[in-house]
Amino acid sequence: MTLGEGPEQPRIGVDEWVASAEERRARSPLARTQDAVDRAPAALKLLALAAPFAIFPLFIDSEYLMQVGIDTLIFVLLALGLNVAVGWVGLLDLGYVAFFGIGAYLYAAVASPYAGRYWDAALAIPLIAVAVAVSGFLVGLPSRRLAGDYLAIVTLFFLQLWLVVLINASWSRGPNGIADIYPLEFFGRQVTSLDGNYFVALIAFVLIISFLYLLNQSRTGRAWRALREDELAAELMTMPVNRLKLMGFAVGAGVAGVAGAIFAPVQGAVFPGNFDLILLITVYAMVVLGGAGSLVGVTVGAVVINASLEALRDASNASWLFYGVIVVALLALLKPWWQPLAVLGATVLFGFAVHEIAEQARPSLVGGTSFGEARIDELLDSWVLLPVDIVTADGLPTGWLGRVSYIALIAAALGLTLVRSRLWQLVGLVPVLYLAACVWANLLLANPAVTRFVLMGAMLVALMAYRPQGLFGKQRVEIV
Amino acid sequence: MDWDKLVQLLVSGLTLGSVYALVALGFSMVYGILKLLNLAHGDVLMVGAFIGWGVIGWLGGAQDPKVAVWILIVLMLMAAMAGCGFLGVAIERFAYRPLRRAPRIAPLISALGVSFFLQNSVLLLFGSDFRSYETFDLVEPEVGISWGPLTVWIIRLVVIGSAFAMMAGLWLLVTRTKLGKAMRATAFDREAAAMMGIDVDKVIVKTFFIGSALAGAAGVLVGLVFGQINHFMGFNYGLKGFTAAVVGGIGSIPGAMFGGLFIGISEALSVGYIEDFTRGRLGSAFSDLVVFLILIVFMIVRPQGIFGKPEVKKV
Repeated sequence: MTLGEGPEQPRIGVDEWVASAEERRARSPLARTQDAVDRAPAALKLLALAAPFAIFPLFIDSEYLMQVGIDTLIFVLLALGLNVAVGWVGLLDLGYVAFFGIGAYLYAAVASPYAGRYWDAALAIPLIAVAVAVSGFLVGLPSRRLAGDYLAIVTLFFLQLWLVVLINASWSRGPNGIADIYPLEFFGRQVTSLDGNYFVALIAFVLIISFLYLLNQSRTGRAWRALREDELAAELMTMPVNRLKLMGFAVGAGVAGVAGAIFAPVQGAVFPGNFDLILLITVYAMVVLGGAGSLVGVTVGAVVINASLEALRDASNASWLFYGVIVVALLALLKPWWQPLAVLGATVLFGFAVHEIAEQARPSLVGGTSFGEARIDELLDSWVLLPVDIVTADGLPTGWLGRVSYIALIAAALGLTLVRSRLWQLVGLVPVLYLAACVWANLLLANPAVTRFVLMGAMLVALMAYRPQGLFGKQRVEIV
Repeated sequence: MDWDKLVQLLVSGLTLGSVYALVALGFSMVYGILKLLNLAHGDVLMVGAFIGWGVIGWLGGAQDPKVAVWILIVLMLMAAMAGCGFLGVAIERFAYRPLRRAPRIAPLISALGVSFFLQNSVLLLFGSDFRSYETFDLVEPEVGISWGPLTVWIIRLVVIGSAFAMMAGLWLLVTRTKLGKAMRATAFDREAAAMMGIDVDKVIVKTFFIGSALAGAAGVLVGLVFGQINHFMGFNYGLKGFTAAVVGGIGSIPGAMFGGLFIGISEALSVGYIEDFTRGRLGSAFSDLVVFLILIVFMIVRPQGIFGKPEVKKV
C-alpha cells in the first residue's frame, strides 16, 4: 500500500492534498485503530476474529444463546458474501437473499425425506456452492451491458420472483415450506447437537474468510477494486470489466449458497418467509455498518447488528440499550466534556418540568405505566409523559400521543440537522431527546419487533450521510 | 375466443397500467436529473395510500361521508399529493443531498434505508392488518358505463381519467413552462445548467416534489380500485414502476407513460391467460414471471428501453 516509507520525504505517486487529508485522518483514534488493524498480519487477524467465536461456547450453557451464536455465524457468512458484490466490486445486488434461499432449498432437495435423498454434506455443500454461483452468474448475465443501476432492478425483481415461485410452486410445497430436513452428515457422522452445528458454521466461517482474503489479495481482487474505483480506467487498462463483475456477483452468490446449505439443516426446515426483504436489508446494514470492503469490518458489523437485534427483542434489555446508546453517542460526539453533561442535565430538568406541567393541567396524560419492566423504565415513569391506556391488547398504540410525537420526533430530529449554530443545536437537542424518550416509552417499547427495523432503516440513512465508510472501511480521498 | 374476458382484462390492464405509469414517471424524472434510482419511491406511494385512507376516516368513513363522493375523492388526491410531495422533498434533503458527490452505491443504500424506515414506521403506527378503503360503499360496483354486455365500473374510469389528466399536466409542465425547461436542461447536463444560472438544487427539489406527489396520487388510486392497502404494498408497485420505466426508457417521460401501460396490460393479460397457456401448470400468481421475462428481454435486446437513447460514455 504505502510506497515511500517515512513521514519526512514526499511519498512517490501521492498527491500533496491526498497526503494532507491522510495526515488529518491519522489524528483520530478510530483511524489509528483501523491502521493498526490494517497492518496486522493476516493470520493474526484471522485468529483475533475466530478466537472469540471459538471460546464463546465455553462460557455459554443456554440453548438460546447457542442458537443465537449459530445465527450470528450464518449472518457473518451472508455479510461476507454480500461484501464481495457490494464492497469489492461495487455492485448493488438486491437479490442476494434469493441465493441464500436457493442454497437452503437445494440442501432440502438433497437431504430430506421429502426428496428421498440423503447426501453427505462434504459433497453437498461444495456442489451447492457451485450451483448457486452458476445461478448468480445467470441472473447477472442479462444486465451485463449496463450493470449498476439496471442490475439493482433485475436482482430486486429476481428476489420477488423467487418468493412468488416459492409460495406458489408445488415442488417447494408453498408457504408451508419443507420440514424435517436431515441434519448435516460428514463422512457418515451426523451432526445433531447445537454445539456440533455451531462448530460446523465456525469452520465454514474460517474457510470462507480465508478464501475471500486470498481472493482479495489475488490479481482478481485487485482488478475488482480497480474497477470499483473507476470502471472506465479499468477498462482502458484492458481489464475485462463485464467478466469481472459477473465473477464477483457469482462468488458472492456462492457464499450465500453455502450459508443457505448450513442454515437449512440447522433450522431443520425452510420456509419462503426466511428469505424476504427484511433479511436483505439486515445483511446490507451489517455490511455497511462494518465498512463495505473490509473483511474484519463486515464480520464485526454482522456480530454487532445481530446482537443488537436480539437484545432489542426483549423489552427490558431494549431500554438499557436505547438509553445507553444515546448517552454514549452524546459523550462521543459532543466535545468538550461539559457539553454532553449540560445537555443531559438540561434534558432531565426539562422532562421534570414538562411532566409537572402536564400533571397539573391534565392528570390523565401522566397516569400510565410504561410497557417495559426494567428498573430504568420504572424510574422513567415519573419523568416521561405516559397517558393512561397507551396500548391496546394486540400491542397497537391507541394513544394519539405516541403517534403524534413519533411524527413530531422525526420532523424535529431532521430539523435539528439543519441548524447551523452550535449553541442552538445544543439547545434544540434537549426537547428532541425528551421527545425521543416519550416516543420510546409510548410507542416503540410496545412493539420491539418493529422498532428494531425502524432503527435499522434510520441507521442506514444516517450512516450513509455521516460515515459512509462504516466502522472499519476506508474513505476514499479524491483529488477534485 | 372470449371477447368479453379480453375486454375486461384490457380495462383492468389499463387501470393497473395507468397507476404504474404514474409511479414510473416520478421514478424516471428523478433518474433523469440525478441518475439516482429512488428505491423508496414505492413506499412513498404506500404513504399516499394511507393518507387517502386517513382522509376517508376523517370525513366520516365510506358508508356515510360528510361531503359528496367526488369532493371526497378530490380531497383524498390533494391531501395525498401534498403530503407525499413534502415527504419526497424531505427524503431528498436528508437522505440524498448529503450524498451528491459520494460513490454511486451510497445513495442507493440510503434509499434502501429510507424504504425500510417508511415501511416499518407505517407498520408501527397502523399495524400489519390490511386497511380497507371500502370503495364499494362509496360507489356501488354496478354504477358505471355500460357498453353492450359490459359494464365498466365508474371508479376504474375515474382512475384511468385522473391518471391521464395528471400525465397530460406533467407533459405540459415539462414542455411548456420555464420550470420544465430548467428540468430538461438539468437532466441534460447538470453542470452546464448550473453555469447558465439555473438553481439546480431548486430544480431537484421541485422534481422530487412533483414525482412524489404523482406517487401519492397513485397510492390513492390503488386504494380506490383495489380497496385494500397495507404497509408492504409499496414494494410491488415500486418494482413494477421501475420495470415500466426501464422498459419505456429510463429518464424519458413518454417512455414512462408507455412503459407503465405496457407493463400493466401485459400483467393483466397474463393473469387472465397464463393458466390456459400452460394448461393449468402455472396459476395466475405467476404473472410476475411474464413481467420479469419482459424485463429480461428488454435488458438483452434494447437496454435503453423503447424511447431511450443509448448511453454514450464520455471520457
